[in-house]
Amino acid sequence: MEALDLARWQFGITTVYHFLFVPLTIGLSVIVASLQTAWYRTGKHEYLQATKFFGKLFLINFAMGVVTGIVQEFQFGMNWSEYSRFVGDIFGAPLAMEALLAFFLESTFIGLWIFGWDKLPRGVHLACIWAAAIGSNLSAYFILAANSWMRNPVGYTVNPDTGRAELTDIWAVLSSPQSSSTFVHVLAGSFITAGLFVVAVSAFKLWRARSGGDGGATTGEHELFRKALRTGLIVTMIAGVLSIYSGDNQAKLAAEYEPMKLAGAEALWNTEDAAHFSMFAVGDTEAGNNIVDLGVPYVLSFLATGEFGGTVEGINDIQATYEAAYGPGDYTPNIFILYWSFRLMMGFGFFGIGIAVLGLWLTRKGRLPRSGWFYRAAILGLPAALLANTFGWILTEMGRQPWTVHGVLLTADSVSPGVSLTEVAFSLTVFTLLYGTLAVVEAGLLWRYVKAGPTHVTPPQDDDPDHSANVPAFVY
Amino acid sequence: MDLALIWFLAIAVLWTGYFILEGFDFGVGTLLPFLGRTNTDRRVMINSIGPVWDGNEVWVITAGGAMLAAFPAWYASLFSGFYLPLLLILVALIVRGVAFEYRAKVDDDRWRARWDQAIFWGSAVPALLWGVAFANIVRGVEMGPDQIVTASLLDLLNPYALLGGLTTLSMFTLHGAVFLTLKTDGEVRVLARRAVGRVALVALPAAIVFLAWTQAAYGKPWTLPLALGAALALAAGVWLAVRGREGWSFTSTAVAIAAATVLLFGSVFPDVLPSTTDPAYSLTIANASSADYTLTLMSWVALVALPVVIGYQSWSYWVFRKRVTREHIEPTPAYGGSAPSAG
Repeated sequence: MEALDLARWQFGITTVYHFLFVPLTIGLSVIVASLQTAWYRTGKHEYLQATKFFGKLFLINFAMGVVTGIVQEFQFGMNWSEYSRFVGDIFGAPLAMEALLAFFLESTFIGLWIFGWDKLPRGVHLACIWAAAIGSNLSAYFILAANSWMRNPVGYTVNPDTGRAELTDIWAVLSSPQSSSTFVHVLAGSFITAGLFVVAVSAFKLWRARSGGDGGATTGEHELFRKALRTGLIVTMIAGVLSIYSGDNQAKLAAEYEPMKLAGAEALWNTEDAAHFSMFAVGDTEAGNNIVDLGVPYVLSFLATGEFGGTVEGINDIQATYEAAYGPGDYTPNIFILYWSFRLMMGFGFFGIGIAVLGLWLTRKGRLPRSGWFYRAAILGLPAALLANTFGWILTEMGRQPWTVHGVLLTADSVSPGVSLTEVAFSLTVFTLLYGTLAVVEAGLLWRYVKAGPTHVTPPQDDDPDHSANVPAFVY
Repeated sequence: MDLALIWFLAIAVLWTGYFILEGFDFGVGTLLPFLGRTNTDRRVMINSIGPVWDGNEVWVITAGGAMLAAFPAWYASLFSGFYLPLLLILVALIVRGVAFEYRAKVDDDRWRARWDQAIFWGSAVPALLWGVAFANIVRGVEMGPDQIVTASLLDLLNPYALLGGLTTLSMFTLHGAVFLTLKTDGEVRVLARRAVGRVALVALPAAIVFLAWTQAAYGKPWTLPLALGAALALAAGVWLAVRGREGWSFTSTAVAIAAATVLLFGSVFPDVLPSTTDPAYSLTIANASSADYTLTLMSWVALVALPVVIGYQSWSYWVFRKRVTREHIEPTPAYGGSAPSAG
């Protein structure tokens, strides 16, 4: 066991954990802002109830996203100092831009929104949640541009005098096909997650109302949650289409820029024309072949190249190419993890999208399903979406190994040389325990507020034209 | 002017902004168990910083991002070299941020008491450790030609750095007490004014000795006015607070924090992280900086974005300019109605 191994575990654990909250922040901020817009335009009380109810759930989640995000930034310097030293010129720029252009916007306006309910004119208050939502979504672009650069380094040069990478073209970094495609795919995944969050909560409230359990929607809330269910399903459906489209695009980009990731995700050992799409494989990673491999003919070639007879490079051939290019070494990532994380990402993702398709049919024209199975499945959609996101990131990050920056810097050369195994072990333990505890607290709080429902929301007394005479709504 | 020098100044500005802004919300958090004798009073205190603490914290995220972009070698050596203090700061900022958001979400005394603890420790620990960290930056650390900090945790806890930590902790607490006199009314305001005098008994001597030590050991002729100015502004802040001139007092403590931060950056200049092993190994503005392209790009981004950020953050302070009182808290349950009760 080396510090490198634990540093990787810490990065994996803290990043996956951070990304449980981020997609909900990204998607729910827009959904809550839309609900408030509906209230602003129609003045209907149920929209206000929905805004405040989902807004509160959004904030419980938002706090976790913010505090776990700081760890991400600091960790590059703490555990990965040689990475930071080598690529800070390039990687730091989008990170600093993210803070300046997005995080300030998000954090300042979320404060104004939380405390501004009775304080700001309604239109201005509405603009605050939109500003926060734009900040959240914008932040994703910068960090994903930075991440895409690691997989497809462009717009840089390595200075022979300093031995460090230097930025030569920021537009190349921000506008690379990997950046925009990844952004769409991650955003789509985020809106699927947020949509299924709304679906799961609404399904729970409606089901409990039907089965007579604790925490169900009251008669007055029934219509609200039926509409919320439909809204969540529609959001999931639209985001699902975008996700499939951008996912297909991601596969083609992987074939072009990260062939090893694509080959690994398919456990394709040798280069093939008219390659089949593997459905189930048992492989021998030592020998570099599959013992069992069942699949659909031609589909992989079509996904990767757009042609049924297209050539898809295999792991063994890419390994040989890389050895020729970068010298002797093992350039093959963990194929077992890639293969299965790819399948789990798609499986959970399609399960979520399937719920949307099915749900939209079952709830057409004001109907609601009678039996419990649909509600149960709809509630399971939320963990499915979170798992799909998680496996997507595992595929992306593990698929880049053994590199931190593809073809430029190895992960083994990125770790902090001055940080001991004990220090990383201590840090990993602290974060694991802290994050585990907070996850229980957060889930308990969400559960409590879902059960409580939106009944407490009272109509605003808006007969005071001088808003500045009001005091903020004290929520803390 | 040299781009790397501009970014050294920009990073000094970001840290100064961070210490002035988060300084008072660290102070309020540190004072929470001492001035908040009832739940209502604790809520008065927390809500006085409620709308702004998160925006304040983005200053440190920006400072960190800017250090990575503009001085990768500084960021790399510093963050890996100060591993355990930064880990503690991270843990503190995590529990504190969650505490603000979750504390009022369950109507239960034990629940609130736990989060009150989190707010106290989550505020006091970083207030102390940032001082320790910055004093060590000024003092320099053991560092070889490979730019890897070899100082142990005990090396970082030297007397100068510990005094630096005591100085930031007590100055931020004082700054927070003055903020509370300015932004609250009733019992909390009365207690906060009394607290200013008591905290000053620690903050003034600590700050004066630390500023003098810094100036004598690491300062330059031109930083002398900063050291004197910081000490005088802090003393003036205390005096004004006792006289009931709350706005001016807050301005003074803010000026004191700004002058002290600039003094620290001025003292380390033109190094960014001196090596005590051999000055030849020191990280300097010149040898730690990014290439000109990145610095030029970041200059334009900052030039456009920072004034806008300062603009809307100022506006948010203006929106929440009213004092928070018990009367505002009592009849107003958590927004959207009362929080569900425990169990």
